[in-house]
Amino acid sequence: MARTARSHLIYRHSATVRLTHWINVLCLTLLLMSGLQIFNAHPALYLGEQSDFAHPVLSITAEQNGGDVVGITTIFNRRFTTTGLLGASKFSGEDAVRAFPSWATLPSGQDLATARRWHFLFAWVFVLNGFVYLVSSFASGHLQRDLVPSASGLRGIGHLLLDHMRLRFPKGEEARHYNVLQQLTYLLVVFLLLPIVVLAGLTMSPGLDAAFQPLLDVFGGRQTARTIHFIAAASILLFVILHVAVVIRSGMFNNLRAMVTGRYDLEGGR
Amino acid sequence: MEGIRPDRRRILFSGAAGLGSLLPVCDGFAGSAPGRKVGGSVECLTYRVQRMLLGANRLAREYSEADITANFRANGTTDPSDNDYRRLVSNGFADWRLRVDGLVDNLLALSLTDLRALPARTQITRHDCVEGWSCIGQWTGPPLSEVLVRAGVKAQARYAVFHCADIMEGGGAAPNLDNRAIRYYESIDLIDAYHPQTILAYAMNGRPLPIANGAPLRLRVERQLGYKMAKYLMRIELVHSLTGIGDGKGGYWEDRGYDWYAGI
Repeated sequence: MARTARSHLIYRHSATVRLTHWINVLCLTLLLMSGLQIFNAHPALYLGEQSDFAHPVLSITAEQNGGDVVGITTIFNRRFTTTGLLGASKFSGEDAVRAFPSWATLPSGQDLATARRWHFLFAWVFVLNGFVYLVSSFASGHLQRDLVPSASGLRGIGHLLLDHMRLRFPKGEEARHYNVLQQLTYLLVVFLLLPIVVLAGLTMSPGLDAAFQPLLDVFGGRQTARTIHFIAAASILLFVILHVAVVIRSGMFNNLRAMVTGRYDLEGGR
Repeated sequence: MEGIRPDRRRILFSGAAGLGSLLPVCDGFAGSAPGRKVGGSVECLTYRVQRMLLGANRLAREYSEADITANFRANGTTDPSDNDYRRLVSNGFADWRLRVDGLVDNLLALSLTDLRALPARTQITRHDCVEGWSCIGQWTGPPLSEVLVRAGVKAQARYAVFHCADIMEGGGAAPNLDNRAIRYYESIDLIDAYHPQTILAYAMNGRPLPIANGAPLRLRVERQLGYKMAKYLMRIELVHSLTGIGDGKGGYWEDRGYDWYAGI
């Protein structure tokens, strides 16, 4: 029994992939939370170079309604009442006017200066970590070997998608390599979403805008860059939620062991 | 072309040959309090990398007149209550003087008329607030370098410090009588001070600078965030170190946790 079980174990993730993955988890968590705190300092998004204060594409505000504070989220002139989560929520037991609630922001209380320090510290770690991942994955052949979809993989994508939606995940030999959905998702995140969030963030810097003026044209102006930074961050959060859901449903212990020790059980394990 | 003044030559030389000699060491502003050590190193890294990418004279984008917003937001102090300042307002800033002192060869006291007689630059630029919003406006005034050249900046100087009229804390009922009042202050390195777009603006959108935007004179440092661009200027002091300025971090907001280098 023990022999058979061990023979299903493969070495799935290199030390570099595992280490950069967990550093990424830390960075993205703190970047998201400090980013939401920074957003709270001016909770509105615009298009173009500057802020048309009367016409934000998104705003999270609060209004007084009798004795109550009501949170209002407005997206393209459509108003939603979001009291308790967006616009108005409890902080230390008291009603507080704040875009994102205290449990989602770093620091929890209103503090733009400290949030900026957290954000820029972990932005540097995130970028350097991403650089290490890319260079080592390219040098080791991991990118070319494991992330580029094959023709047959691409043909099977519809079938695979249906299986995923039924929460049926590949096992045995089929689970030896990343499937085409994993490949496409990781390529999208690594080469599109993460670079966009970094570059759109840098476009908000008046210093870097002077160093590389074309950044402003690429993103359609500083305020559009800020909006894209926000949307990209939300997309990363969406990816993380889906990723964690699949990790849990396809054998949480096995997946976690693979990302900690590198060893993955093809038969799924627990 | 008339002969280049010696002090001007020094600026050109240092711009071309020795960016490094103008770069303050980071511990000058990044702080040494334990809680700020890591943040300070990150700020230092960002500062160094941006200085490397920016060089001395990379320009911020300038926009067209059509881009000027009718609704330029005024932030921070918008109407100083200080009695001395109110007196200056009441006679149209005729008695106002911009003092230039510290590590300079010539102490200056410039009136608005003096400043208007200097070569001026007009630029339409984007103002980015640390809060996240942006507004485009047009600014006119002499480059700060024109004033510094006339003052003759001594070789030991590393920062230009801006002292302002607006009281941030401790004003009380009769603000000008209380010496302990904290008025706004800011500072920049000499690279930004000599940058061609760093101007002392006396006009905004073709009209005298409104009180809400810092009348009679405000600083424009176009490669940095709004809080660096001190309003209600009263005095420019050239210093070697920021230690004696406020709590030593180089600015009112810097002493309250914000980065001294606000290029991002």
